Amino acid sequence: MDMLRALAAAVVTLTALALPAAVDAPDAAAVAKTYADIAEAGYTDSLEGARKLRTAIDTLIKTPTDANLGAARQAWIDARVPYMQTEAFRFGNTIVDDWEGRVNSWPLDEGLIDYVSQEYVDQSPANDLYIANVIANPSIKIAGEPVDTSKITKELLSDKLQEAGGVESNVATGYHAIEFLLWGQDLNGTGPGAGNRPATDYDVKNCTGGHCERRAQYLEVVTDLLVDDLTFMVAQWGADGAARKAVMADDGRAALVAIFKGLGSLSYGEMAGERMKLGLLIHDPEEEQDCFSDNTHNALYYDAVGIRNVYVGSYKRTDGTIVSGPSPSDLVRAKSAEADKRTRTALDETMTRMEAIVQRADGGEHYDQMIGEGNDAGNALVDQAIQSLIAQSKEFERDIAALELKSIEFEGSDSLDNPISVR
Amino acid sequence: MLTSHRQRAHRLRLPLLLVPGVMAICVAAVAVRAGEPAIVPNEPGEENPGGNATTQDSIDTREAFSHFSHGIGFEGEAKFKVGNAIFRKLWISAPSSTTSSDGLGPMYNSRSCQSCHLKDGRGHPPAANFPADTAESMFLRLSIPPQNDEQRRLLAEHRVNTINEPTYGEQLQNIAVQGLDNEGHMHIDYKEQPVTLGDGTVVGLRRPTYSIDGLKYGPLRPDTMLSPRIAAPMIGVGLLEAIPEDQIRAKADPDDKDKDGISGRTNEIWSAENGKVALGRFGWKAGKPSVSEQAASAFAGDMGLSSPLAPTPSGDCTQAQPACLDAPNGNTERDGGFEVSPKLFDQVVLYSQNLAVPPRRNFNDPEVARGKALFYALRCQSCHTPSFMTGTVTNQPHLSNQKIWPYSDLLLHDMGEGLADNRPEGVADGREWRTPPLWGIGLTKLVSGHTLFLHDGRARNLEEAILWHGAEAQAARDGYAALSKTDREALIKFVESL
Repeated sequence: MDMLRALAAAVVTLTALALPAAVDAPDAAAVAKTYADIAEAGYTDSLEGARKLRTAIDTLIKTPTDANLGAARQAWIDARVPYMQTEAFRFGNTIVDDWEGRVNSWPLDEGLIDYVSQEYVDQSPANDLYIANVIANPSIKIAGEPVDTSKITKELLSDKLQEAGGVESNVATGYHAIEFLLWGQDLNGTGPGAGNRPATDYDVKNCTGGHCERRAQYLEVVTDLLVDDLTFMVAQWGADGAARKAVMADDGRAALVAIFKGLGSLSYGEMAGERMKLGLLIHDPEEEQDCFSDNTHNALYYDAVGIRNVYVGSYKRTDGTIVSGPSPSDLVRAKSAEADKRTRTALDETMTRMEAIVQRADGGEHYDQMIGEGNDAGNALVDQAIQSLIAQSKEFERDIAALELKSIEFEGSDSLDNPISVR
Repeated sequence: MLTSHRQRAHRLRLPLLLVPGVMAICVAAVAVRAGEPAIVPNEPGEENPGGNATTQDSIDTREAFSHFSHGIGFEGEAKFKVGNAIFRKLWISAPSSTTSSDGLGPMYNSRSCQSCHLKDGRGHPPAANFPADTAESMFLRLSIPPQNDEQRRLLAEHRVNTINEPTYGEQLQNIAVQGLDNEGHMHIDYKEQPVTLGDGTVVGLRRPTYSIDGLKYGPLRPDTMLSPRIAAPMIGVGLLEAIPEDQIRAKADPDDKDKDGISGRTNEIWSAENGKVALGRFGWKAGKPSVSEQAASAFAGDMGLSSPLAPTPSGDCTQAQPACLDAPNGNTERDGGFEVSPKLFDQVVLYSQNLAVPPRRNFNDPEVARGKALFYALRCQSCHTPSFMTGTVTNQPHLSNQKIWPYSDLLLHDMGEGLADNRPEGVADGREWRTPPLWGIGLTKLVSGHTLFLHDGRARNLEEAILWHGAEAQAARDGYAALSKTDREALIKFVESL
């Protein structure tokens, strides 16, 4: 994933940016700056979205009406728009990768957090914490050791419960924990409908689901944590931030590796592979990232937008203003107009495919239904999007070759940075 | 067959354990050398134990063992990630509306691969006996001595590794699907025993004994042999699989012809994949010949899931458990007649093969260099073979032709009475264990949150693990115990740097 260390050595020997063919090529530092600027703007917008979500949650807890629950859910959906676009900065930046699990882990065993359906309970728990229900219990056991959960604090959620016992599905923090607390379990399988948590789950006077006060407390604390985590990441991309500094290394050439590795990995392995192909293979409605809210179509769409932003060097912020500058596209075009054109065409094709998924979802058939067994039309639509994502990652590989970034990172060929290890 | 192994083991043990003079000389020799142990120069590439496949991603978080092989490419990465998703998938009991996710059990130890292979790392013994803790990343294997000529033939021909306990099968499953009784729960009692080192330092070792609480299907046969196992770390298994068989066989010395007190034997295992006997490489006693056979066995035994190499949908149910055999299963036509379809299975195997080895830490630290010198002076590398070259792996060039540094010979060694489980497995007798690879071991605390080592996690740190070594490793263990505190720390620091 992160090729920085690997390529730091290899990139030094690259001549791509010094070749005479580079007619109007921007320098790598300028491209790196655009990249970092878009990251900073994207995380700032995500932070702003999380703050608005926090405000909406405040209102919900003070006045737990259906309308206020609806408003909080809308704030969550809105907050995901900029955040999903920042996923293009994953898989190339260590700082992002080491942090990402705190804010966006899925899938989760939601029974760790709150009440769940009897059917879910009856799947005999193997994970001790599968139905631990922290909201209902002042003390739980983690790997045989009692843990005091009487006070729901940031430390409890992020240091004790998140990945408790080393089980990755023990997700206690981030967008999807919040999503579960706003929507509840989606018990509709591949049928229509999302989670259906009532607003009264937060009504201490007419409490449903029990422990409404603690549920409200959990929701506040977990959203505060999200704000904290996004605040941290905004700083990493600020003027003196470590993530910005890392991509500006080698006169910005480090960014090129981060960019193409990140875009290729997100397109192929993460989206086409883990998030989409598996769901099609097993037709399991749980295989969607936003499974409580049925918002997966938007998650996929904005991921694709984020990839495009980085390649073309332009990001439309939440407030409508544009952050743009010299782009990877400009660099590729200077080396090979053909490669750049092919890449842009592939990105456009992906956007078309993602729009088709969004349209179908807006028409009432959501992503978990689209991947359902026997839904040939829905399956085909998802498969076409998968194929377009794979196709665009092939174009990124061509770009890597055009920029002469080709090396072991992308090809699996013999080592450049460690030539003696193979004999 | 079994008797002859025991004789061989005794033959080997005698000079080491019963002739104190020999040991004393050995220790003295080491002690002299340990004054100024000869520095073993680092080779180029040694800081990347997995060769070019060594991860270059961050090893600063709990994800340190969860990265894919370097150089795998975007397409390989996609397969790896799908495999990862299946690896952490929670399986459910049949029948269910999602046929590709069902088939769990009827009896099982875990609902997902990941919940035993926590963070792709090492499992651990429970903090307390059931019901205080559920021992999810550890279980008991069960078997009995062969009862008849047919069973003896199966063992002799390496068709089976063990004869299952007739009622409870090959391992104790502590969980069952709704409406069915589980088999019971492992019970551990630890007894502390002090060990005094050469400088007078006293180290406590905890000696476990194993039994079973709440047997639900009647008594175990009285001659049942129990063997506790924790989930092993997953990193680098594709590289170990890529070592040409003859390289491993070349290091075997079953009759100790070189008279160094160390034998090294190969386990020989029936390969369902290839329909012939093959070299055992994986598992605590090298009981499985390949990553795919190891995975199939884990799907079947630990989760009760059928797959192409282990097609029985009822897992480890026995004839004495008819309700278990009759419980609904998840074999479906769409999944090729299995619960885990060939497609899903292959991606889990690819995932496992490509969990990357981390680079060395503190590689150039002088204390680590000194620890390395001591490691070699004590001849730890006689079994913990530093390096191998991998061969060519079909469709996986990034794993091919790499110089790797696993610090294991993948062979079986007599480790003495202290560690013996007294349960033979294939060729391995009740005192033999496969040399476990040491790569990545220093990241155990970060990844797994503990430092519990050996097949049952009895050792609470590396020093205890070393002090448990016996028989073939007795001289090395005694050499370690005779070192000064500074030297012991240096040796441990070297091991932690691997």
